[in-house]
Amino acid sequence: MLIKILRQYQVHVVAGGGGAPTSFLYKTFRNSSSSSSSVKKMTVREALNSALDEEMSADRRVLLMGEEVGEYQGAYKVSKGLLQKHGPERVVDTPITEAGFTGIGIGAAYYGLRPVVEFMTFNFAMQAMDHIINSAAKTNYMSAANISVPIVFRGPNGAAAGVGAQHSQCYAAWYGSVPGLKVLAPYSSEDARGLLKAAIRDPGPVVFLENELLYGEAFPVSDEVVDSSFCIPIGKAKIEKQGKHVTITSFSKMVGFSLKAAEILAEDGIDAEVINLRSIRPLDRSTINGSVRKTNRLVTVEEGFPQHGVGAEICASIVEDSFDYLDAPVERIGGADVPMPYAANLERMALPQVEDIVRAAKRLI
Amino acid sequence: MVFRRFESARAGEAEEAVTYSTSDDDDEIYDAENKAIDFPGGRVAFTPQIKFISESPDKRIPCYRVLDDDGYPIAGSTYEQVDKETAVKMYKSMVTLQIMDTIFYEAQRQGRISFYLTSMGEEAINIATAAALSFDDIILPQYREPGILLWRGFTLQEFANQCFGTKDDYGKGRQMPIHYGSKQHNFFTISSPIATQLPQAAGVAYSLKMDNKEACVVAFTGDGGTSEGDFHAGMNFAAVMEAPVLFICRNNGWAISTPVSEQFRSDGVVVKGQAYGIRSIRVDGNDTLAVYSAIRAAREMVIREQKPVLVEALTYRVGHHSTSDDSTKYRPLDEIEHWKTARSPLARFRKWVQRNGWWNDEGETELRGSIRKQLLNAIQVAEKTEKPSLEDLFTDVYDNLPLNLHEQEKSLRETIKRHQKDFPSDVPV
Repeated sequence: MLIKILRQYQVHVVAGGGGAPTSFLYKTFRNSSSSSSSVKKMTVREALNSALDEEMSADRRVLLMGEEVGEYQGAYKVSKGLLQKHGPERVVDTPITEAGFTGIGIGAAYYGLRPVVEFMTFNFAMQAMDHIINSAAKTNYMSAANISVPIVFRGPNGAAAGVGAQHSQCYAAWYGSVPGLKVLAPYSSEDARGLLKAAIRDPGPVVFLENELLYGEAFPVSDEVVDSSFCIPIGKAKIEKQGKHVTITSFSKMVGFSLKAAEILAEDGIDAEVINLRSIRPLDRSTINGSVRKTNRLVTVEEGFPQHGVGAEICASIVEDSFDYLDAPVERIGGADVPMPYAANLERMALPQVEDIVRAAKRLI
Repeated sequence: MVFRRFESARAGEAEEAVTYSTSDDDDEIYDAENKAIDFPGGRVAFTPQIKFISESPDKRIPCYRVLDDDGYPIAGSTYEQVDKETAVKMYKSMVTLQIMDTIFYEAQRQGRISFYLTSMGEEAINIATAAALSFDDIILPQYREPGILLWRGFTLQEFANQCFGTKDDYGKGRQMPIHYGSKQHNFFTISSPIATQLPQAAGVAYSLKMDNKEACVVAFTGDGGTSEGDFHAGMNFAAVMEAPVLFICRNNGWAISTPVSEQFRSDGVVVKGQAYGIRSIRVDGNDTLAVYSAIRAAREMVIREQKPVLVEALTYRVGHHSTSDDSTKYRPLDEIEHWKTARSPLARFRKWVQRNGWWNDEGETELRGSIRKQLLNAIQVAEKTEKPSLEDLFTDVYDNLPLNLHEQEKSLRETIKRHQKDFPSDVPV
């Protein structure tokens, strides 16, 4: 079973723009040394929590709604402290009906509020799919901009550990195919903070796909990231590691796996370029194509089912725009084409592992 | 040996004697010292008799009515007075709605528009509700409520523009006919999936409540819509959140071909209100004065008490579900005819208005002729008007045009230039 190790790091908070954070969210970090050794680290959970807190403090129209977000402090503690700080009108514990509370959030967005709707997992969001697509994604277009929908749908996506088929599906490809939506998939704490803030500030509906296993993972963050005005533009991928022999595209948890694969490949003299997509829709075709034109080889990595997946779209994009630059066919790494099994050994076989990425890259060289 | 029963100290305090009253003879035998106890959700009295609540009450919930079938006020009826100006405006609007429906329906039959859906038989619900509300009340319609827009000043030309999808359509030709919407008229754009507007209404009301305005949200649905999960969520949430929503159910007996007997087994929709803790009323939807009074009263409650109210308006869907339906296939012709003539809301209200000396036959002929002419003219104008230009294919998907759509538009324009003859001449580029 999953053992969550919550690494508590003291975080230095720059008090800019937003309201003062409550004391049990942060401890002030005092660093006497002025040299380069002070490394600030922040978990993805803290990144999301702080982003929500700052955006709610900065704009009274932003509210959080979902199951267990208030009194329970969040099913995964992402909304810890927010009810106490912002009150029950801004942090709304909803009854159990994804379809219902999604509809309500969208209605509130229709009339000027900026809701953040939390799904306990995007697997449950399937019950709200009609509202997400027909009431949110298409509405600005269908109403000829009479009705805008500034709403964020967020929650864990993809596999956790040992939660079985109905709790493990990745929905990046599903939402990524719908015009009218923006779909984001953060990996690091910097991604989580910057992209969530961008999502909340965006005037249209945004699907924000988090990952349960990443919540507890800590990443180094710069001063810029910690500042309350920090924001990452939507639609730009990040090259996490430069390389020249093969391009590896990935998002969310798979970015970490791809970086580990790149380390292993380096031992064999293969210099991989790892791209963190950050944005599934719009897809940063220009960065991906630019990279493949440099390396001439591509491995796409995702947790989700391979058919009609994100990798398939990336492959099509390369074939359309950079066909002549390919020295080898595109390799697609995805989850096994089966509903996720529960047994730990079977689950491991059903998800991409670092070795799979390494082998795929080697096949291309 | 003293045997002590385990008792919760708090529960012991909570016990109190409750008088047990019932109409059943058997229960009089029971000792009046009854007990009540706390459970999550509140205090509830005990009963030692096993007794099920009947699935249907002895009598159906009665229907509020003011005018009889001949348009005479029923003796002893309480209703809100309507002055001459309002009454005449209401009647004229009902006639306009009826003629608009007739002519646009014919236009679809002639192939001039692709689709239409009438509100025939429900003109009283449409117009009396509109008259009873204020302009600031926000409407989330299902799709059989264009009368609200009509009352609020939407012109026949504006209706035609949407049905024909011209460049003057406020919807930029994006939606099929009858999917009207107008921000300035506080009428949310119609969306096809059934009942999705009900939880949305709770959300809109949640936001509106923060404005502290003398206004409420009004959400419509039909009898069929009450089967959707969204009906449950919308009603339940509105009650829990104390959202100022007026839910109006147009129970017209039919959901396409499904009669209400196959839709639910409850006493209609009005009884569902109490299940959610929502005050409710059943009204004769073909009685203009009754609908007017009921909506006025309900609206007042919603705004003053800031909680939802449910109004079930009983009526009959005289027309087919839409132009894609032929209802003679599943219901008898004489039933349709009966409701069209003997139970017509227009005829009934007209009698009352005319008896007051506020309307006459000449006015009727003149009005009908004039509306018909205006509509035919509106259709002619719409047919001659340009369609929305090509850029409207791509705008409003997002707030700004994203790169990929820029590229696609550019590519499309280049294709059109290369193959001019393949491109329709009546679409501006």
